Amino acid sequence: MTESRTTARVRLAMVGLGKMGLSHLAMFRPHPDVELVAVCDTVGYVLDTLEKYTGVKPYTDYNKLLEQEQLDAVVIATPSKTHGAMVRAALDRNQHVFCEKPFSLDPAEGLELAELAERKGLVTQVGYHYRFVGAFEEVKRLVDANAIGKLHHARIEAYGPVVLRPKPATWRTSKSEGGGCLYDYACHGLDLLNHLVGPPSNVRGAVLNKIFSSDVEDEVYASMYYGNGMSAQLAANWSDESYRKMSTKVTLWGTEGRIYADRQEVQVFLRGDAKPELGLVEGWNARYTTELTDEVWFYLRGEEYSAQVDHFVKHVQLRDPNTRCSFRDAVQADVVVGMTLRDAQRADASDDGAPARAAQPAAEGGSWWKRVRGS
Amino acid sequence: MERILFGDNQFFGVNHMSEEKARAQSVRFKDTQAIMEVLDIAYEEGIKVFMCTTHERIAEVCDHVRANPEKYADFQFYPCMPYAHKYANAVTEYGMIEALKRFLPEQGKLGAMLKGGMSLAKKDVEGLAQLLIDAEMKMFHGLRTPVIFLQNVVTDLLLGLGFDDAFKYFADYVKEKYDAEPGFITMNLPRLLDVLDKAGVDNPIVCSNINKIAFRMCGGKELYEKTIATRRFRPIAMSVLASGAISPREALEYVCGQKQIESIVFGASSRGNIRQTAQLIRDLDRIS
Repeated sequence: MTESRTTARVRLAMVGLGKMGLSHLAMFRPHPDVELVAVCDTVGYVLDTLEKYTGVKPYTDYNKLLEQEQLDAVVIATPSKTHGAMVRAALDRNQHVFCEKPFSLDPAEGLELAELAERKGLVTQVGYHYRFVGAFEEVKRLVDANAIGKLHHARIEAYGPVVLRPKPATWRTSKSEGGGCLYDYACHGLDLLNHLVGPPSNVRGAVLNKIFSSDVEDEVYASMYYGNGMSAQLAANWSDESYRKMSTKVTLWGTEGRIYADRQEVQVFLRGDAKPELGLVEGWNARYTTELTDEVWFYLRGEEYSAQVDHFVKHVQLRDPNTRCSFRDAVQADVVVGMTLRDAQRADASDDGAPARAAQPAAEGGSWWKRVRGS
Repeated sequence: MERILFGDNQFFGVNHMSEEKARAQSVRFKDTQAIMEVLDIAYEEGIKVFMCTTHERIAEVCDHVRANPEKYADFQFYPCMPYAHKYANAVTEYGMIEALKRFLPEQGKLGAMLKGGMSLAKKDVEGLAQLLIDAEMKMFHGLRTPVIFLQNVVTDLLLGLGFDDAFKYFADYVKEKYDAEPGFITMNLPRLLDVLDKAGVDNPIVCSNINKIAFRMCGGKELYEKTIATRRFRPIAMSVLASGAISPREALEYVCGQKQIESIVFGASSRGNIRQTAQLIRDLDRIS
């Protein structure tokens, strides 16, 4: 919640009015510390309708918007392949940027943009909203406090009903435009894993499989190695209509117990003694979303969406670039996506069905990772 | 409005506490017969209103009620539209225009609107909304629907975007075409009331979370209590038990203690819980 109104309102424009864009618009606009200056999209009917019924100022040309309006920040929710150029244009004008995920289809470009923003001290954030889910934040708190000892395995799963039959093409089903389950469901999972346990040094056994789509994968599986005895597995499938909506869950195993969490609840099994300082008893512990979720100033579709919007606005007001999901964090997710893609391609190249690689994964590009991690 | 309304979250795998529990409920209620059995229990316990999403499976409930007019002589539906996941998934899958086309019964009409220069935005949103409302109401044909609600995802999306007039369009159309009271479900009660006032929707029926732990009550508990006590509208309380986070007695004491709250909606799956909750409300109403 916004406790101080002494800071000026953030002058902001919304770019891209698809599903995520409209959802963001509906949350940024009512924010007490935001002045919505304009919206921008290439699709006329959405713009016209918004202009006619809500009075917002429309632009069809992004560059014109940047030229003509005095903005503090832009929110970019356009198809992924356009992110790079749009983000750069905003950063060049010293504007803070909130960008939808995946951040960049080219991690090298993404990293350049992250570094550019950092040099300029600009506030950046990418829409990995799971980092703002109360239950997953509780997992992060427990992991950071070593609640279950040394971690040795994690499993992240994301299932839901997006592509349920062969269907006409949109950008989401086009590989070159950042469509597919990997860039959609799986990368949420990969980012959440990065957030909880840090990025892996290797990805192996990646499976990118089509179920209904013709150009992109509908399911993704992969193993991640962390080089310290820790491993993780990812499973993502957006063609699973047994789930009412996207459902993401994470399980972590450590030497002293296990943590399971989804959007609704956190279950902790503690093997050893109680840890009263963390509010944990021996054996099973359960905490629910009703107690883990902070109130938000405006609710549309889950507190996490509102919370990430508020987080960005606050950081812009304070000129504090340390957001919970900065460009650099998002580049780390993009890099793991890239590793997954490369591993799957290697497996595809082998025609006997067996992965064409050594049994033991080798370390991958150490200095590159150093730069991505910013260490 | 009836004092006690029966909700439908439990039938469609919605539970704010546990995905496991939600799935178990989905399995239990996979046959409409199982839903009917619970509805019958509620009806026997004197709960005459089923406040339900326009989920496609509700159409089967409607068929059953229509086929047994004597048994359900006093049964009423309060439809809540739309079942938003259906639209959200379709928009992701087909894009906005294509998705709209799929949900409109009279494709010709939309086609004509789009073609004849009268583009979507010319933007006859009002006409389009009417087509969508009719499509959602089709399953209730011949049944009693004295109150028709706009679901919170849509209410709050329109509220956030600033489509203030949309609420008036909805209210007017529902009154005129279906002879029903318009209702609005929201997670942002105080803010919505401001906009409804401005849009000229008088004394509106508004359903929102009202619970002792302030779960999903945007603006906070204090503001909600003050709003309920002082503003002119007809409040319905939902999520009163906050998915089980509060004990039933404590939860209902909180809600029944606020005299302006006209109705309470709750969902349950067993005779014991249905009877206990309904009885508690009636007892608390008597005492105070």
